[in-house]
Amino acid sequence: MAKVNLLLGTKKGTFLLESSAERREWQIRGPFCEAWPINHVVADETTQTIYCGGGNEWFGPAVWKSRDLGETWTHSSEGLKYGDDQEPVKSVWSIAIDSNRIFAGVEPAGLFQSTDQGQSWQHIESLTNHPTRSQWRPGGGGLILHSIVLHPEDQSQIWIAISAAGVFYSGDNGRSWEPRNIGTRADFMPDGQNYPEFGQCVHSLVMAPDNPDLLYQQNHCGMYRSDDGGKQWKSIEEGLPSSFGFPAAAHPRDPATLYLIPLNGDIAGRYVPDGKAAVWRTKDHGQSWEALREGLPQRNVFFGVLRQALATDTLEPVGVYFGTNTGALYSSVDEGTHWSLIAEHLPPIYSVETFVAGS
Amino acid sequence: MSRPVAESKTREVKVFLAPALVNLFPGSELQTEVKASTVGGLIDELDSRWPGMRDRLCDKSTRIRRHINIFVDGKRATVETPVDGSNTVYILTAISGG
Repeated sequence: MAKVNLLLGTKKGTFLLESSAERREWQIRGPFCEAWPINHVVADETTQTIYCGGGNEWFGPAVWKSRDLGETWTHSSEGLKYGDDQEPVKSVWSIAIDSNRIFAGVEPAGLFQSTDQGQSWQHIESLTNHPTRSQWRPGGGGLILHSIVLHPEDQSQIWIAISAAGVFYSGDNGRSWEPRNIGTRADFMPDGQNYPEFGQCVHSLVMAPDNPDLLYQQNHCGMYRSDDGGKQWKSIEEGLPSSFGFPAAAHPRDPATLYLIPLNGDIAGRYVPDGKAAVWRTKDHGQSWEALREGLPQRNVFFGVLRQALATDTLEPVGVYFGTNTGALYSSVDEGTHWSLIAEHLPPIYSVETFVAGS
Repeated sequence: MSRPVAESKTREVKVFLAPALVNLFPGSELQTEVKASTVGGLIDELDSRWPGMRDRLCDKSTRIRRHINIFVDGKRATVETPVDGSNTVYILTAISGG
């Protein structure tokens, strides 16, 4: 019998929720990781190992690991550091896993890799040494590497996103990197400099299923789709209530379907437009959008949803989940049509991921 | 009356660890003794007993983390600060808040 697990990174530790495949009743456990701020929690479904990336003001960055679904934990930052002449790594922001590698994106922006299940880490120096590095500028959340997208079959291809340096691509297993931001705006630059080669404030980057060339990007300045692995981006924000938001979540099987949670604007409060909660969905690659509101609060709502706090599961019908910066967790078990509150009064939620065990 | 220098150099340094640090390393203890001649050497010794502890205390090879305070006989120390068996060392988490 399949068990659905929700993995939450929060301001005060990791929380784990478990349900049957019906996804109606949830058991919640936590906080784990000594209540450290945890930015991202993912699971290696093959080994059922949970990895949590975060950082603590006192003790620095670490990746926490549990091999028994949260019963016991270890932590490591061996090798998760820059040279003594550089600003120290403050926190781990994102984790991505493939068959034999774990990647960690950190603040200040950089990428690390582990090939021993997170016991030790190696700095991928080619990204930090990129010739554009001196011109990367921090976004509101810091200079963070927050998105790591791995090609599902070709390990040599990696996309990463940095706020605010933009999207970078490696086709040679991280030995070299090229910016891939053509077509995305930088509204915060002077007239005539709004489409730079790099420096855009990308907020999240996701890949569609079954088509590694199809990428979606929620940017500080617009919503975009690329049909060629990020070489060219097209605006798909028409029909959305705002061009500003943080998370995007792909459907697990339909490459044309994507979920977003636009917010009202970068200097307008960063909450859901008009104080009414909605998840926005496209079923046609972003050509049109619909608001999904049923079951979500529609009066006096001033929460936001952060860049890694929207996720889908792999069941049929697909479950969709989001956590708010006010500590509420909502779910839909019918692909976004109806919504329910499944937890509240949690710490601010930084990330939501899913994994289905025993399916 | 002060102890003879030769005796204090051969004795182990008494070290008190912050509870939040002990919580991160199963098997570590709030009070321990290590043989070291500097705070940096003391951290090395702690790291050899509980691998990873150096990373929790230092953000560079020669720098104690901003919100970690190490006191030698009540005085704030750096990794270069000398220690011997006459000293008591406290490794504490800074208040770091309002």
